[in-house]
Amino acid sequence: MTQASLLRQIIDYSNRPNPYPLYAELRNTPVVREPDGAYVVSTYWEIESLLHDPRVSSDARNLSVPPTDDLSEPEAQSALPPSFIRLDPPEHDRLRRMANRSFGPPHSPRRINDMRGELAEIVTGLIDGIGDTSRFDLVDQFSYPFPVTVICRLLGVPREDEPRFRTWVDTLVTGLDPRRGDDEAERNRVSNEARTQLGMYLAGLVEERRKKPGDDMLSQLTTGTHGADGSMTTIEVITTSVLLLIAGHETTVNLITNGMLTLLRHPEVLQRLREDPAYSVPIVEELLRYEPPVQLLPNRTVLTDVDICGVTIPKGASLWLVVASGNRDPKRFSDPETFDPDRGDIQHLGFGSGIHSCFGAPLARLEAQLALSELARRLDNPRLLEDPPEYRQSAVLRGPRHLALACDGIRP
Amino acid sequence: MSVDGFLQRLRSEGRIVVVGASLAGLRAAETLRAEGFTGTLTLIGDEPYEPYDRPPLSKQVLLGRASAEHTALPRRRAIDAEWRLGVPATGLDMAAKRVRLADGDEVPYDRLLIATGVRARPWPNEAEAGLDGVFVLRTRDDAVALQRRLAEEPRRVFVIGAGFTGSEIASACHERGLPVTVAERGDAPLVGALGGVVGRVAAELQREHGVDLRTGVMVTRLEGDSAGRVRAAHLSDGSEVEADVVVVSLGATRNTEWLAGSGLGAGPRGIACDAGCRAFDIRGIVTDDIFVAGDVARSPHPLFGYQFLSLEHWGNAVSQAEIAAHNMLSDSVDRRPHMWVPAFWSSQFGVSIKSVGVPSMGTEILIAQGALAERRFTGVYGYQGRVIGAVTFDQTRWLEFYQHLIETTAPFPPPFPTVDRRSDGQRPLPADFPDPSVPTHGPTVTLSGYSPADRRITFTPGRH
Ligand SMILES: Cc1cc2nc3c(=O)[nH]c(=O)nc-3n(C[C@H](O)[C@H](O)[C@H](O)COP(=O)(O)OP(=O)(O)OC[C@H]3O[C@@H](n4cnc5c(N)ncnc54)[C@H](O)[C@@H]3O)c2cc1C
Repeated sequence: MTQASLLRQIIDYSNRPNPYPLYAELRNTPVVREPDGAYVVSTYWEIESLLHDPRVSSDARNLSVPPTDDLSEPEAQSALPPSFIRLDPPEHDRLRRMANRSFGPPHSPRRINDMRGELAEIVTGLIDGIGDTSRFDLVDQFSYPFPVTVICRLLGVPREDEPRFRTWVDTLVTGLDPRRGDDEAERNRVSNEARTQLGMYLAGLVEERRKKPGDDMLSQLTTGTHGADGSMTTIEVITTSVLLLIAGHETTVNLITNGMLTLLRHPEVLQRLREDPAYSVPIVEELLRYEPPVQLLPNRTVLTDVDICGVTIPKGASLWLVVASGNRDPKRFSDPETFDPDRGDIQHLGFGSGIHSCFGAPLARLEAQLALSELARRLDNPRLLEDPPEYRQSAVLRGPRHLALACDGIRP
Repeated sequence: MSVDGFLQRLRSEGRIVVVGASLAGLRAAETLRAEGFTGTLTLIGDEPYEPYDRPPLSKQVLLGRASAEHTALPRRRAIDAEWRLGVPATGLDMAAKRVRLADGDEVPYDRLLIATGVRARPWPNEAEAGLDGVFVLRTRDDAVALQRRLAEEPRRVFVIGAGFTGSEIASACHERGLPVTVAERGDAPLVGALGGVVGRVAAELQREHGVDLRTGVMVTRLEGDSAGRVRAAHLSDGSEVEADVVVVSLGATRNTEWLAGSGLGAGPRGIACDAGCRAFDIRGIVTDDIFVAGDVARSPHPLFGYQFLSLEHWGNAVSQAEIAAHNMLSDSVDRRPHMWVPAFWSSQFGVSIKSVGVPSMGTEILIAQGALAERRFTGVYGYQGRVIGAVTFDQTRWLEFYQHLIETTAPFPPPFPTVDRRSDGQRPLPADFPDPSVPTHGPTVTLSGYSPADRRITFTPGRH
């Protein structure tokens, strides 16, 4: 079997429940050239070094093959300009810095930590509302509504609008999916349409905040000034909040669901967490290594020919970094296929690394820690009703679509 | 007795003595235990405190954000040591394998680790140095005393020397809202460590933050009032600056005096050792039982032409201590070389500065990313056509890449484009280090020495 078909198999939906044996095979050749010219990198040190390599670009304009092929990402051709995740420095740095001003240190060092109480309340409310414990879906009843509620509050997006933006976001996330065949052009058109709609929706909110600013990030992005960086244009506020809205709820859902699934498969860890909520800290780190929500980073490129592991990646080639595979590279982690929250150093690639490392990491960590420790504490004798569960389509943002659970009751 | 048998006995019931109970000493002790050493472990330190961390002293502690008492180094594991704190080692008898202490005690050893670090170079005029209000900053006590005085809101602070520590002190004063004057003999702050191109950025940074920066001048005299309090500093350009606090930040002196006459290759430039941290004696022969680590050590680095590097870097102290401890318990084939690539960080005036490699060896600099004017850039240093060092101002995340270029002796200037290349980065500039024969303080790296294959490797006293 050729290496090229390995990537196809990974992308193939039937392998979604367990792509890890395929990743192991992929690592036999750390840098693989796909027939369409894309390069796939699957080993830890190589991915890590590329994430810190200033010759690697995230800007689709540097791709030599314009992103109209079947691996393309919709954002590149949307009516809206790209958000900072798809830009290089200095524009990337400037936009990310401005967004960070209202999110994290040094300007808002306590913002995330101060949300602790509020987050705990949301978690409690959702668990209280589970209802019939003989069968419930963790995704619909908990993993999805929790981060959505949080990101809505943080950004200042009305929670009631969720059904509206959910369709656009779903379409966009589907567009992220590297699938082959069918009507690519049509799929891109639909994605772009969704992104534009989402942008227009947010533009409406921006307009409101401009007139009447509140305490939320959208208001701060709209009205704030950022020292030497100046302030964001309306378009920049929109692209940034589209990014934060999507990234802020599409990843944590999977982290929490993958987390609960993993814990139920490792009852001794779940038991320890029940007794010691602080154990959630290393558990979440190990989860980010073992079952990262973002499995691969597609469509980076190189500004010049770059040699890696004896392979020359030519200027402009599309570069795919399979972080979930790097996370299980035996050259980096001993016993990588074992879920072990007690392992010494967990410097995983679950949040990426380098300048594009996950902007929302502190929030995602806190959400997952709170969610898992509370679920462990309050669900009485929880059981998986289906294993493996039904997965979502996406190979990039991998996680169960549903997670059917039962328990004997909800503890106070 | 076989060598194996000896090592086995050493591991289980040997006596290991560590002199210098700070960063390197502690990390070495922890590594010894981690590697299975179960014998007697003695830590000797002249300061009365358990090991603490120094970098915060010139940063958070001076700002009053952290108290000096809370800088204790986190422990990686229990070390079950006999602590001899508050008592300096005063001598070494290599033949009898004993360390002499100031209180008259003698401590025998099978293996000795010397990690006595450096101390602040005092103001050379003793009477002036003794004026009330004149400080240095190296220890916890120094930091407490200076912090307390800054809290009394002096009318002006005068810092002598704009190396890393001096610049950090100026930054802390500025942040506390205190007027501060900095006098520097070189043309710019940090010029000895990072060269003139970067030094000019540091100078702008200071001036824009309201620091009264005087460069190209020397302080000739400190003047006290009748009560013995410092009141002014006199400069070589004839000017006078009134200040009620003076911080002397003129670099460091190695703590090696206690080894005088011991026969160990210890002198003003430190203790020479091989890449495995074994000390040289004055005949240039490597010892088997005496090891060195941290600021006090000078060791040859293969990557930098086997030059003997002495580094006053936190990360170096940790990694060298770990290697020394490992080698103390290992026979020759299992020993490891200390091949740490120098790396340093500093934060001042809101900018995070990091460097890797040995920038001060560089003759040219290329601003590979970012822009000097924005004070957000990555500078790459070239030496004889290869990359030898790199520095970042608020661009830490790229540093690892440049470290790899240094490690692989990549060509300079790097022949490829990078993201964020600007007009500054179109061609290399002279790095503009001061003439090495003109002493400046501040460089944290000093270079000297010869190839190990060269018979002249015997210890030679320093130039200064
Ligand atoms: C204010 C300040 C800021 C710094 N900031 C940074 C920074 O930002 N980044 C960075 O990389 N590095 C920084 N450093 C440097 C870093 O702290 C040192 O590299 C590190 O402390 C070296 O550790 P060491 O154990 O080798 O020496 P030291 O920490 O100097 O410890 C040596 C110890 O031995 C003791 N001793 C000396 N003689 C004797 C004797 N005869 N008997 C017994 N004990 C003795 C000393 O009193 C001291 O306690 C800073 C240093 C200072 C002072």
